[in-house]
Amino acid sequence: MALIAMEKVEERRRLPALLPKAEWVVLGLLVIFVAGLSFAPLLRLAITAIAPAGVIDLGHVAELLWKKKVLTASTNTLVVALLSTLLAMVLGTVAAALTVLTDMRFKTAWVFAFVLPLMIPPQVTALAWVQAFSPSSPVLGLLGLSLHDGGRHPLYSPGGIILLLGFYHAPLVFLTVRAALRRLPAELVEAARAAGATSWPLIFTIILPLARAGLFAGAALAFVSSISNFGIQAMLGIPARYPTLITLIYQQMNSYGPSALADMAVLALLLSILTIVGVAISGWLGQRGDVRVDGIGRSLEIRLGRWRPIVEAVSWLFIVLTMALPLSALVATSVVTGFGQELSWKTLTLVNYANALVHQASIRNAFLTSLLLTSITVAILMIVSLFMAYFIVWKRGPLVRVLHLFSELTYALPGIILAVAMILFFLRPLPVLGFSIYGTVWIILAAYLSSFLALALRPVLGGFAQIDRAMEEAAQVAGAGFLARMRDVIIPLVAPAAVAGGVMVFMSALNEIQVSILLVSSNVRTIGPMVVFLEEGGSSTLAAAVGCLMIAAVLILMLAATCFSRYLPKGVLPWQN
Amino acid sequence: MADIVISDLSKMYGGKRVLDRVAMHIVDGEFIAVLGPSGCGKTTLLRLLAGFETPDEGTIQLGDRIVSSREANVPPEKRNIGIVFQNYALWPHMSVADNVGYALKIAGASTQERLQRSRDALAVVGMENLAERAPSDLSGGQRQRVALARCLAAKPSVMLLDEPLANLDVHLRAAMENEFVRFHRHTGATMVYITHDQSEAMALADRIAVIDRGRLVQFDRPRDLYREPQSEMVARFIGNGQVLPVQDVRPDADAAIVSIFGKDHRVRARRSEQVRSSARLSVHTSAMRLAQPGEDGFAGKVERVIYRGNHSQVDFLVTAEPDLQLTLHAPADVAIPSDDTIQVCISDGWVIPAAA
Ligand SMILES: Nc1ncnc2c1ncn2[C@@H]1O[C@H](COP(=O)(O)OP(=O)(O)O)[C@@H](O)[C@H]1O
Ligand SMILES: [Mg+2]
Repeated sequence: MALIAMEKVEERRRLPALLPKAEWVVLGLLVIFVAGLSFAPLLRLAITAIAPAGVIDLGHVAELLWKKKVLTASTNTLVVALLSTLLAMVLGTVAAALTVLTDMRFKTAWVFAFVLPLMIPPQVTALAWVQAFSPSSPVLGLLGLSLHDGGRHPLYSPGGIILLLGFYHAPLVFLTVRAALRRLPAELVEAARAAGATSWPLIFTIILPLARAGLFAGAALAFVSSISNFGIQAMLGIPARYPTLITLIYQQMNSYGPSALADMAVLALLLSILTIVGVAISGWLGQRGDVRVDGIGRSLEIRLGRWRPIVEAVSWLFIVLTMALPLSALVATSVVTGFGQELSWKTLTLVNYANALVHQASIRNAFLTSLLLTSITVAILMIVSLFMAYFIVWKRGPLVRVLHLFSELTYALPGIILAVAMILFFLRPLPVLGFSIYGTVWIILAAYLSSFLALALRPVLGGFAQIDRAMEEAAQVAGAGFLARMRDVIIPLVAPAAVAGGVMVFMSALNEIQVSILLVSSNVRTIGPMVVFLEEGGSSTLAAAVGCLMIAAVLILMLAATCFSRYLPKGVLPWQN
Repeated sequence: MADIVISDLSKMYGGKRVLDRVAMHIVDGEFIAVLGPSGCGKTTLLRLLAGFETPDEGTIQLGDRIVSSREANVPPEKRNIGIVFQNYALWPHMSVADNVGYALKIAGASTQERLQRSRDALAVVGMENLAERAPSDLSGGQRQRVALARCLAAKPSVMLLDEPLANLDVHLRAAMENEFVRFHRHTGATMVYITHDQSEAMALADRIAVIDRGRLVQFDRPRDLYREPQSEMVARFIGNGQVLPVQDVRPDADAAIVSIFGKDHRVRARRSEQVRSSARLSVHTSAMRLAQPGEDGFAGKVERVIYRGNHSQVDFLVTAEPDLQLTLHAPADVAIPSDDTIQVCISDGWVIPAAA
């Protein structure tokens, strides 16, 4: 009893005694940041959903959820998310096994090509596929193939959505399974070989079970990303009249505006619960029978022998079909004046690019808005994450854990949910300033800061874990206060990690669609949703040009980051083998 | 005057008492070693002294100011202490000179003063030629010296060193031990030197604080620790000491007659030693030898003989107490077959005082 009491006193007392003033101020600012941008909006969302009129009204919730439209959308969401996750698991695992375990050649190039789609905004991917497999496809036409005209586009279907989501998220599974496979000690495999297992049984009985935790971690990511992937669901699902929860929320908000907010809050809550349950289940599956394997993984090589050329051919064919073909269709469409026009030297034109960059003010402004928003977001988040990681890794404590949890939560939740929460929270005028930021660029900035904090934070957490705490303590005994230590010792040491986080945020935020789709207004538009608007408005060629520009921006960023990769912590650039 | 007075200092981690009512008075300018097996709480004591942790009970007084107590804790940056970290903790992004001059920069010293004092500090450790190097270009011993210079340049009133030699090779250690002694003489700073290596502590310190499972068991000069251990733990820990059970303690002036396996010996004991039926005797290997022919000793059965060049190490089991293994050093030229029975004489010993 006495011991317990003493422990409690210690817990309470330790932080205040150790934290001088500047640290308190910074921690306070971080709390305000997370509370204002994550906690309060999400709380507002939950309250609005459960108690729209101030009192808890579950009857209303049940009634709303029981509507046929909502039931259908929920079922559809689950169907596409689950099936596409399965597809992603299969593809990602095969890819990881091939690149880690076998003696396949040209792995670096293949890994780059396989992971690249993850960097391309999903609405652009969807657009590329739609154009590649439409009856008037420029690429199929060139290849002498054509889909017979009439009827619906083959991808405007649940199958199309599942296929594209599966392809799109396979790299997520690939990355986690690859990490797990790389940790496998070669001795384990050698022991199994000695016990008489040949290559194929070996893979299924030893290696994959051991990589299970990685597989389910990847599955959780793929599931969450599928549920919240607005780009693909909207581009294919809306023409297919196959509503999912996020397209339903989008369409309702479009039709009814803020008056639909209360009902949308309920849907958003439902979607959050689906997300969290999905993550929890796959976490549980991954943990069950989790085998802790220690030891340094020596790379292990299964010789493919005479199968090698065939395996290589098939894996490159996969890249051609899932990436090269759609992307070349996109490029081809972007350089003709009308969709379906034959591509030749005569029809080749850059007029779409000129329109996108110069003539059409709305597109040009959207590009500039996105660039500006993204730059501000990156700058703020790099600073916030440096300080927040300091507290998370080195100071710990319950308050700090809550901050971390909320940063992860707003990242994991579908962007559209965050958008609904932001609208609910920021619709009313701000307390001191007296005006509302709804409909302005600032609400998008607030949503970006909330949504991408975790992305900026992760590499920095890794960076802090890698440096010795004694570095800071040495500065402390030299007399340096908190801010001086941060400036002189800690930030120089973790700066590369913060830059890596900044790069990831930049690439994600520049072209993102799910957060801003509900927040853009006629005055303020970001570039991400522009593709959807243009395609909906029938300007396919202009949409293709904008898509190509977005991809070009991503490629330039990737190239720049790769050039600096030797200054970055290992493993932060996902496309590197 | 910067005496350090530690009173009744306790620290808990998760209900476990890692330091248990430690009290000591360190005089200004002393070189103190804190010695104890790994995990006994040495680093915790250092972190309390530095101000990185707050005590659960007790206080630390630096000069005339209480710097640590349950209620208030002067933060490390306000204590004017210096630390040489076990892994040196040199800042990799700063040159040697910048590392050494950092504390002065923080204190707002002029560039000229900073350069001068950094150069002086580097000169003390013989590193003035490497001032512009990056820490990553230095060898282990050189990094150690830079860490010392960094500590020195700040002119702290107390220097804390946490196992500073643990990461160096054996031959470098001897050189650095000399360096520390010279350094201490040169600076006159109070030094608290943490180590688990008793020979290091014996070689360097004015006084040694032996810690066992969070308690301060003895705080004495090296010679007193060696000759007059106050507990069995200290007796075993210092100088490869051995402990024997003895009977019939009969005090005799500043010595005592005790019965060692049935034979009476005259050994050292404290003045206040009482008549006791049994006690433990601290004996060093050097005080145990093979009996000359005809000399009276106790019998032992040889377990193992290891040739050590200038002597042979003989491990044997005491015949009267077959679970007790002892070690003596015999002249290297005497052949002792295993399983042989030998007679052993004890020339010096110390009766470990009864636990208070
Ligand atoms: N921050 C901490 N939290 C919990 N236990 C700790 C912490 N620091 C040290 N300990 C425990 O306190 C004991 C003493 O540790 P330490 O002072 O580092 O020992 P030494 O330096 O003598 O090897 C060990 O059992 C260690 O596990
Ligand atoms: Mg230690």
